[in-house]
Amino acid sequence: MKFSIILWGLVQALRVAARIYPKFADRVKERNVIAQFKLKDNSAGRWIQFKDGKIKSGAGIHENPDLALFFQNKAVAVEFLTPPFDQLARIDAAKNFKVGMEGPDELVVWFAATLTYMTTVGWKSGTDMGNGVTRYTNGTNGGPIFVYVKDGKIVRITPMEFDDDDADSWTIEARGKKFTPPRRTSLAAHGLALKSLVYSEDRIMSPMKRVDFDVDGERNIQNRGKSEFVPISWDEALDIVVKEIRRSKAKGRGAIFANTGSHHQWGNFGHYLSAFGRFTNLLGCTKMHGSPDSWEGWFWGAMHHWGNSMRLGTPEFYGTVEDCLKETEMMVFWSSDPDKTYGYEGTVRRAWAKELGIKMVHIDPYLNHTAALMGGKWFAPKPGTDAAFAQALCHVWITEGTYDKEFVENRTQGFGEWKDYILGLLDNTPKSPEWQEAETGIPARDVRALAREWSRKKTYLGAGSWGCGLGGAGRGPMGAQWARMMAILGAMQGYGRPGVNFGNLQFGAPLDFSFYFPGYAEGGMSGELTASANAANNYQRMPHIVTMSTVRQSIPRKFIPEAILEGKASGHMTDVSTVQGQFMKIGYPAPGHAKIEMMYKYGSSSLGTQMDSNRYVKMYQSDKLPFVVNQSIWWEGETKFADVVLPACTVFEHDDIGEWYNVGAGFVHHMYSMNNHRVISMQHKCIEPLGESKSDHDILLEIMKRLDMGAMYSEGGNTELDWCKRAFDSSDMSKHTTWKKFLKKGYYVVPPVSEGTRAPTGNRWFYEGRKKDTPEPYPLPADYVGDYGEGLQTPSGKFEFVATTLNNIDDSGRPPLNKYMPTYEDPSRNAELEGYTLQLLTPHTRYPFHIMGDEKGCTIRDIKDHRVRVDGYEYLVAVISGLDAEKRGIQSDDLIRLWNKRGSVVCAAYVTDRVQPGVVSAPTASAEYRPAGEPGNSTDLGGCVNMLNSSENMTEHTHSIKPNTTLIQMEKWTGVDTWKRAEAV
Amino acid sequence: MSNKWNLIVDVARCDNCRNCFLATKDEHIGNDFPGYAASQPQKKHSWVDIKHKERGHYPIVEANFMPVMCNHCDDAPCMKVAKDGAITKRADGIIIIDPEKSKGQKAIVDACPYGAVYWNEEKQIPQAWIFDAHLLDDGWTKPRVEQSCPTSVFRSLKIDDAEMQRIKEQEGLEVLNPEYESKPRVYYKNLHMMSACFVGGSVVIDIDGVEECAEGAEVVLKQNGTEVARATTDVFGEFKIDKLEPQSGSYELQVSSGSANIPVMDVSVGADSLYLGVIKLA
Repeated sequence: MKFSIILWGLVQALRVAARIYPKFADRVKERNVIAQFKLKDNSAGRWIQFKDGKIKSGAGIHENPDLALFFQNKAVAVEFLTPPFDQLARIDAAKNFKVGMEGPDELVVWFAATLTYMTTVGWKSGTDMGNGVTRYTNGTNGGPIFVYVKDGKIVRITPMEFDDDDADSWTIEARGKKFTPPRRTSLAAHGLALKSLVYSEDRIMSPMKRVDFDVDGERNIQNRGKSEFVPISWDEALDIVVKEIRRSKAKGRGAIFANTGSHHQWGNFGHYLSAFGRFTNLLGCTKMHGSPDSWEGWFWGAMHHWGNSMRLGTPEFYGTVEDCLKETEMMVFWSSDPDKTYGYEGTVRRAWAKELGIKMVHIDPYLNHTAALMGGKWFAPKPGTDAAFAQALCHVWITEGTYDKEFVENRTQGFGEWKDYILGLLDNTPKSPEWQEAETGIPARDVRALAREWSRKKTYLGAGSWGCGLGGAGRGPMGAQWARMMAILGAMQGYGRPGVNFGNLQFGAPLDFSFYFPGYAEGGMSGELTASANAANNYQRMPHIVTMSTVRQSIPRKFIPEAILEGKASGHMTDVSTVQGQFMKIGYPAPGHAKIEMMYKYGSSSLGTQMDSNRYVKMYQSDKLPFVVNQSIWWEGETKFADVVLPACTVFEHDDIGEWYNVGAGFVHHMYSMNNHRVISMQHKCIEPLGESKSDHDILLEIMKRLDMGAMYSEGGNTELDWCKRAFDSSDMSKHTTWKKFLKKGYYVVPPVSEGTRAPTGNRWFYEGRKKDTPEPYPLPADYVGDYGEGLQTPSGKFEFVATTLNNIDDSGRPPLNKYMPTYEDPSRNAELEGYTLQLLTPHTRYPFHIMGDEKGCTIRDIKDHRVRVDGYEYLVAVISGLDAEKRGIQSDDLIRLWNKRGSVVCAAYVTDRVQPGVVSAPTASAEYRPAGEPGNSTDLGGCVNMLNSSENMTEHTHSIKPNTTLIQMEKWTGVDTWKRAEAV
Repeated sequence: MSNKWNLIVDVARCDNCRNCFLATKDEHIGNDFPGYAASQPQKKHSWVDIKHKERGHYPIVEANFMPVMCNHCDDAPCMKVAKDGAITKRADGIIIIDPEKSKGQKAIVDACPYGAVYWNEEKQIPQAWIFDAHLLDDGWTKPRVEQSCPTSVFRSLKIDDAEMQRIKEQEGLEVLNPEYESKPRVYYKNLHMMSACFVGGSVVIDIDGVEECAEGAEVVLKQNGTEVARATTDVFGEFKIDKLEPQSGSYELQVSSGSANIPVMDVSVGADSLYLGVIKLA
């Protein structure tokens, strides 16, 4: 087609759209603008004028256009403008200067978006349910949902129930029975309760400024966290932020610190790795370098025995649901409580296991939710001593000759030294059941009975919450030691043998792992190629412009307060590409880089989720941090510590797209095998943003436009809905359904593969000495010591009882031989914490997801197992034993104070037999921070129990958290606060 | 006979996930359903609630849970005190407290022996779980508690009363507090997990000077010389004899394994389940 005809056609199309769609006519009315389309040499063109809603046009070059879109030549123009648009060609033209835009950035973005809107205005979302109700869909951290909306208001949120048009479910035949999952999604509490959070009394409804903050005068930084806020206009708020960005950039590279939490609302574009990633790359920010969080022990510890670096040191899980149901006789849940936080997709599978008569054993200081539901034998070792228990199991297997000798002989190395250690030949201490009894409190006879049953029966080891890592003891102070023992137990019983493997039925459903849909860690629209999994698939599948930050420094997440207050911080990398990646150091400041001048905080989780979080209060009140902008949806504990607050909206108030638990390549690959069905949700914009709030994406766009980077950020005016369409096109969904159908219905269930093409059972190839046959492209080819696909990622290619990669680093907490080291968070062994006689466990919360769903008017606050209301305030529940309660005159629902030298927190007591004396359990993470006195130096009534946890590394040469056990004291709360922080940071 | 709604609640399947509790709040907070229910207050009401029961002591401990809600009784005490036709029993068995006509009638709250009716202070009306009648009337096939429950605790059935009685007999279902004689339409399975007591213990035996768990030991519980129940210890030497009436008094417990045994133990069952500790066979 000819250039002139296309442009003429474009004008006609604009007029038709304005005639048919009142919404488009309104859009055209928004601006009076003359836009020039032309060839670069002005040899041909057409101008289009919007004036008071009328569309005029003329051939040729206008003498005074407001903006211009120019092309290198006619061929480029024709390709660029002819539908259906070839995204790759458009990107190619844009980044190689074959096409360009002139004019004010803000206007260019508006006009480009208007042209796109012409093609999308007719799209329809949602299902008409009659009586004025539309059923939309969405995706949340707690699962995919139906959203019923009437008169612009959310009526209800429900799980998705599949219909006959949706793909079939899989069936597993085991021991004469057939098992098929329910034809619906299940929801975690924090997903089901979301309506109450949308209409929360704590929503931030307009941009806010701290009342005593003056960007041009007195900033009163010492009052952060104390002063009130006043509403300001978007213009004023953005002007302040942009002014501070300019001031910071003038100080040098990296003076803007972009600080996010680990999680966010669900969705591939709203996620912090996506829009915020693009924003921070274009801006050039010092980024937060995360630790492997809840995988700590696996990453820093277990990985050295078997590799699996791309899984953060955790084992494969493919096919384990089928193998477990068919073959297994016993399941050992070790620090393993999947029935919380993560939803209930796996719960039905465990009910099948129970129906099949598979025996269950639970090892956890707390009779956890899964144990309570499933029943079975409960062991409650003293927190931090699990490794002694595990070593005594090894002792029984070695002395009685009941380990998998063939596997140990052929697939492992270092067993001789391990055996000598266990038998006491190296240190004169046999790691016998009697020896462990003094450490763990578990009777020796029970350990013998368990060891014998374990070797006699085909046993699955469910280690950590997900059965194959994550959470539990692995994120405690002795997390590395524990996770290493889990790997070693697996090796001694020949993991990979039919019925013998890692898992608790939470992972490993027989889904289609070949069907591509991008996960959130693929970076969405970020364009970031190195710090996300973008390069693996998303970058090719959804052609978009690469972005790259020019800042080479990052701040280790654990030491953000130290970086600001002391001006330096260092740690080790969370580099999952290879085992040795974790030996690399990171540090702040980097040579030639600036110190932090402003913090762009995305979300408000730090006080609840970070250890020893009174440090954060100190940091925020220091003039070493001249400016803080916080972009949040709700007023949460940390929000008040900002100077300017930008109101983001919830996932119901903007468009997005995502698949539940699809993280993407490179970070727990195929994590969606946790689900019974792969469900891809259109995350419809169900209602208009409340108040003056905007989507994260749109807030960032406003800032970018003020820096003339709006067109770059939006890649020429893409809206969130446009990005959703691009993600749809990039995925295999586009081969099976149409965008129109998907957008309207709102979800797609990926059909399961036929039985014969299901993924093989994880680790079976290794057990049988074959080449790797599981569908993950890891380890990277260079990490095989022998031929590609042969053996593990260790230097020997074998399972290493003595981890030789740990020879590379002199870390006293991680010796190559995983010898038993008693926990220092033990009242009898920690002189520094003398007087703190109780061990506090701070596991993941059951009902909220980190701080998502906690407080701020969420209905979860009414769950008396989570919070108890006393005098109008909701206090976090701490679980304590009857004996400890009696000693202190405490009864259930009494307010109690938990404290140590780092912090002091008031909770509500729940007295129970579910913990042993000496142990208190209170979950992280609180969204509320309510200091009784001076912030940072008084008792918190909000429930930030992480204030009590140490911020030190688990072991020296790591960058690791260890929040799961710390020493505290407890008393009935008197209501009078005299606590003061013992020492400065 | 016409078909009526019933709800079966299986205590053994309840995980205390609270989805039923949250779904009910989601449905009713901020939503008025004229003729069915006015909106629920932001805080404090638990039209569907979950009761806890812990049984035993370490290491034999159970944490059990039971959803409770309006029982939609056929002989409902609340209806007897309601004035001006404030409460109606629908043909399908569902009880509706009219949000208009019930205004000011706090007696309705006090009349419910189950404590399932809540007083809305702001609106001055009594409120309870309506079995999602508004949704069922709109074509839904089940109430939201059932739809949202990931562990299939709930089974709603619209059947005639004779059929329901047959299912009750067949599956051993019970209603809460039958002594109230209010004829609830909510039935419970495995209610003993909330209401009965168990006796448990850990049996050990000396083998070649080493203390071991006594697997396969025979445990017999008698009352007044008559055998009540028996159990065999598991691989950890543990046994649990369940479904004993609270306050059912004295029992004799015998434990033996081959020739090894213990003197008969006197066991007294009071309000709570018992863990008898370590029992050494000799």
